[in-house]
Amino acid sequence: MADHAIVAEGLLKRYGDKKALNGFDLAVRTGTVHGVLGPNGAGKTTAVRALCTLLRFDAGRAEICGIDVAGQPARVRERIGLTGQYAAVDEQLSGRQNLVMFGRLLKLRPAAAKRRADELLAQFGLTEAAGRNAGQYSGGMRRRLDLAASMVIVPQVLFLDEPTTGLDPRSRNQVWDAVRSLVAEGTTVLLTTQYLEEADQLAGRISVVDTGRVVAEGTADELKAKIGGDRVEVVVRHADELAAVADIVGRVCHSVPQTDRDVRRVGTQVADRVAALTGVVRALHEAGIAVEDIGTRRPTLDEAFLQLTGHRANEEATA
Amino acid sequence: MRRLRLAAADGWIMTRRNMSHLVRTPEEMVLYFALPIMFVLVFGYVFGSGMSVPGGGDYREFLLPGVFAMTMLYGMGATGTAVAVDAGRGVVDRFRSMPVARSALLVGRSTADLMRAALEMSVLVVCGLLVGWEWHRGIGRALLAVALVLALRVAITWIGIYLGLVVRNADTVGTIVFPLAFPLTAVSNVFTAPELMPGWLGTLAEWNPLSATVAAIRELFGNPGLAGTGSWATENAMLLAIAWPVVLTAVFAPLAIRSYQRLSR
Ligand SMILES: Nc1ncnc2c1ncn2[C@@H]1O[C@H](COP(=O)(O)OP(=O)(O)OP(=O)(O)O)[C@@H](O)[C@H]1O
Ligand SMILES: [Mg+2]
Repeated sequence: MADHAIVAEGLLKRYGDKKALNGFDLAVRTGTVHGVLGPNGAGKTTAVRALCTLLRFDAGRAEICGIDVAGQPARVRERIGLTGQYAAVDEQLSGRQNLVMFGRLLKLRPAAAKRRADELLAQFGLTEAAGRNAGQYSGGMRRRLDLAASMVIVPQVLFLDEPTTGLDPRSRNQVWDAVRSLVAEGTTVLLTTQYLEEADQLAGRISVVDTGRVVAEGTADELKAKIGGDRVEVVVRHADELAAVADIVGRVCHSVPQTDRDVRRVGTQVADRVAALTGVVRALHEAGIAVEDIGTRRPTLDEAFLQLTGHRANEEATA
Repeated sequence: MRRLRLAAADGWIMTRRNMSHLVRTPEEMVLYFALPIMFVLVFGYVFGSGMSVPGGGDYREFLLPGVFAMTMLYGMGATGTAVAVDAGRGVVDRFRSMPVARSALLVGRSTADLMRAALEMSVLVVCGLLVGWEWHRGIGRALLAVALVLALRVAITWIGIYLGLVVRNADTVGTIVFPLAFPLTAVSNVFTAPELMPGWLGTLAEWNPLSATVAAIRELFGNPGLAGTGSWATENAMLLAIAWPVVLTAVFAPLAIRSYQRLSR
């Protein structure tokens, strides 16, 4: 079996003048979960569709399980499962009919297709709604049916394009559990998301995508480390103390701290958090300022994202 | 051989999918069969009573074979709309990312539409019998006539599929079909004799695929036909009624499959 289940090199996809993919690179080790994190319009869906043989790309090379995507799409299709960003189920059929149909198309015998459908319906909490038209499902139910449909037979590689967007926490956990159990069976998963938490929870490695390219790649910890070390943060009691505290923090840590007036907080990045913290505490004590809270913490993935792309995860790319 | 068998199996699954749609949406089924019934009643009674056949015979007997073929033609709208709806839906993406024969979705559509058309034809025939239409040359020839109508429907289905894939918007398909189908029925032998039309229009009407089928089935049903003008097209209506569907299918099926493969490129 190939070392890397998914490989993409320099993928390019043009829509007129616009480059939806602009030298997209990816390498996902077999049996792992890889997160693709990016804002609206970054090119996540385009990348997934290109890798799933749905979209012909203009340049570059892609392989799934060592099989060339452009050259042998039919063989790639035998190995993949896809849950796209928009539910891909037949809305004029019942949930059960959908799953049986997909099972039959995957060459399961009628009895096996029915059995598998019932298993999946139970797993995704859809047993009660099994006989209703998928068109009458709520958004979350349709999403779960869609996920079930991509798991009718355990795929070698599963693509999930924003699988939990619009789901309530309980459904989201069901999805996460299903993904984890597939991974336990050896499936490689590529997961796109706008939720940093989701990438952090599920994915071993993460690619941060912006304007059609991967701008950073690594484990969640590596990405956090990439944007600098820990932060020292001080929350003051009164807003009028912010300036004085910012002054002290800046002097002790040799930096220009950020002030957030709304939460009365002063924070800055530091190289040595213990030295910085004790220095700030001592200086505040000497200045006679009693603060509400003080501490150090690692940056969130959200902050890492902001630093890497210049905008927040759920903001439209303006570039 | 194995590939062909798998493709046939996939096509059959898609056929059943389309038939299930019909069963699960009864209101659609009612609409679907309302059109042929309406056609028979409107044309059979409203026009049927006041007009005479050029060349002699009962006008209603003359008209019904035309109504059969015309109903098939308007089926293009149902086909095109269903395909456009499908093409705009995510479910086709799923089919396309699965190891499913590329032909399956379209073959399934055309097979299901053929089965629907067979149902439709039974409705038409029953309605026809109720308004006083009959076949006069035995059940064998009558069945042959029905087969010719269905052959025309196959060709029309592939044109409809192609239309749906090119237009990709169900509403637009609906508005395109009428201006496309109406002249085809008007400039044909459905309502009147081509020789009553101005010269070039008459020739057009004689060569119209619809006219070929209608002339052929009038003959097979033993319904009053038109005294041929002696032109090649009218003398060889039976041949044309077979050739036209074959040619149209041979042209439009590959076109449709090609535009399906190009979806979302
Ligand atoms: N069919 C298309 N025609 C023209 N432009 C397109 C098409 N599909 C995508 N694009 C453009 O390509 C860029 C990448 O789109 P893509 O859908 O891959 O982004 P995304 O990261 O999935 O965004 P989102 O988070 O909103 O789903 C966008 O700027 C989009 O407008
Ligand atoms: Mg997307």
